[in-house]
Amino acid sequence: MTAITTPPAAAAPPAPAAGRPPSTRLRAWATRAPLLPALIFMIVVTQLPFVATLVISFLDWNSLYPDARRFAGFSNYGEVLTDPDLRRSVWTTIVLTVTVVLVSLVLGLLLALLLDRRFRGRGVVRTLLIAPFLVVPVAAALLWKHVLFNPEYGLFNGLLHYVGGPQPDWLSEMPLLAVEASLIWQWTPFMMLILLAGLQSRDHQQIEAARVDGASDWQIFRHLTLPHLRRYLELGALLGSIYIVQNFDAVFTLTSGGLGTANLPYTVYQTFYQAHENGLASAAGVLVVIGSIIIATFALRVVSSLFREEVSR
Amino acid sequence: MSATANTANSAIRVPGDHRTGRTRRWRSAGLGVAAWLAGLLFFLPIAWMALTSFHSEADAATNPPSFTAALTLDGYREFFGVGGGASPWPALINSTVASLASTLLVLVLALPAAYALSIRPVRKWTDVLFFFLSTKMLPVVAGLLPIYLFAKNTDLLDNIWLLVVLYTSMNLPIAVWMMHSFLAEVPVAVIEAAQLDGARLPTVLARVVAPIAAPGIAATALICFIFSWNELLFARVLTGVVAETAPVFLTGFITSQGLFLAKVCAASLVISLPVLAAGFAAQDKLVQGLSLGAVK
Repeated sequence: MTAITTPPAAAAPPAPAAGRPPSTRLRAWATRAPLLPALIFMIVVTQLPFVATLVISFLDWNSLYPDARRFAGFSNYGEVLTDPDLRRSVWTTIVLTVTVVLVSLVLGLLLALLLDRRFRGRGVVRTLLIAPFLVVPVAAALLWKHVLFNPEYGLFNGLLHYVGGPQPDWLSEMPLLAVEASLIWQWTPFMMLILLAGLQSRDHQQIEAARVDGASDWQIFRHLTLPHLRRYLELGALLGSIYIVQNFDAVFTLTSGGLGTANLPYTVYQTFYQAHENGLASAAGVLVVIGSIIIATFALRVVSSLFREEVSR
Repeated sequence: MSATANTANSAIRVPGDHRTGRTRRWRSAGLGVAAWLAGLLFFLPIAWMALTSFHSEADAATNPPSFTAALTLDGYREFFGVGGGASPWPALINSTVASLASTLLVLVLALPAAYALSIRPVRKWTDVLFFFLSTKMLPVVAGLLPIYLFAKNTDLLDNIWLLVVLYTSMNLPIAVWMMHSFLAEVPVAVIEAAQLDGARLPTVLARVVAPIAAPGIAATALICFIFSWNELLFARVLTGVVAETAPVFLTGFITSQGLFLAKVCAASLVISLPVLAAGFAAQDKLVQGLSLGAVK
């Protein structure tokens, strides 16, 4: 964790309070005081547990046999990295995250482009599109599992019935795809909102000028809109990755981690909640964090570049 | 910042109106229709869920689907435990307490912090902001086990107040970032002018800062409420019988229980209703909250 807490130092513009003479130390503390409760709260509640996880990850500790607890060095990590189930869940996490993020980014971009124009009922359509994101995730997963995917009376097979199509058992025939579909449905609105904000911050005079000069819609999109959207696309991808890497609700509800859909959060949950292997679960948790640090480093960089632009504006 | 967003917004409307010619108008209408179709397609599952929740269980479980079956409130009666079965009220009350209390705690902690990061900034305030953001990127599962062991050893398992603390830590970074950007919109000149006129700090906060920042603070609160209400993993691991929240109650529907589609739909809809309401109320500021203040 300490690695990702190091913020991109380059992002810090000179603090406005920097010119204060050192004799006014008391005033400096008075300035700092309002910040301290929140800061201390965050350190205690989020950093300490992680340090504990790090310590436990080096122990051989099954909570059913508490007396057998002992130092195990890196053996938990060795076991995590060689356990085929855990390795498969690492792969599942990657596939799930990449698929959901990419597909919802593309769909979100298309929807944002459609909504970035004036048409009758634009506000209503926007509201309709946001709605999937505002369904409680467990409820959304239940909706997909029972109401849409059910092989006998689900809506999908019901609609297929009308056209004489096949009647697949979605969840058991294509479990990972089913989980991905439900997540894409929920996350496309998120991507659309971010990209729509990006589209609306374009320089419209520049676009008008390009149009007057005879640029086609495609040329404007390719050479003006897309470069401008790059950072918004990156931000959407990274924030989406951070949330979807951690996804638990959909996997837990739709398949209970069965049929090769167990991702890392679900596996960690299962390792300590059902198998009571505290040391192993912690080692897996630490690995999730290392993966997140890699994504987060990029995410922080993108946020800070957008942020710097806002500050300097 | 909102000023620039507004001008951009109104500028959008200009280009489309300039263009004339039949093909352009047809194409424009076609794209409008496409947007409508996309909106309806994404909304279809929710609409179908709502319709099914008002069907009888027998009508809900037909293939092909029965669109025009008679409407009934049986699904809702079943969900609320009128005909026996577990009542959802304790879970709904727990969720309400956890979400409201943690949102309140978030505001109490985040408002002074945001003040110290924008209006009267401490040294290296951007570093502090990025520290808050980085905690949001730490996966929940990484701290789950120690928190579980801690709760077990201190008899805090199945206690709603433990969730309140955890949800506060989950939402505090978002709130600090959002409120920092809202408070930064308060012009320093106005504050200084008020102070020159002899206004003391509480007066400045109440008369100058609060009116400008209030809509942003409200949106922040709504977004924190949504995230707390939705949370499953902590609640699932740390609560059992007494402190069970609404999402945990919903997990009771994971395995099929005969004919229960209308009941599932009613349950999902009722439990999602507060989030839908809060989300639509905060619609304009939703992006800013979800992107942790990076996008306006």
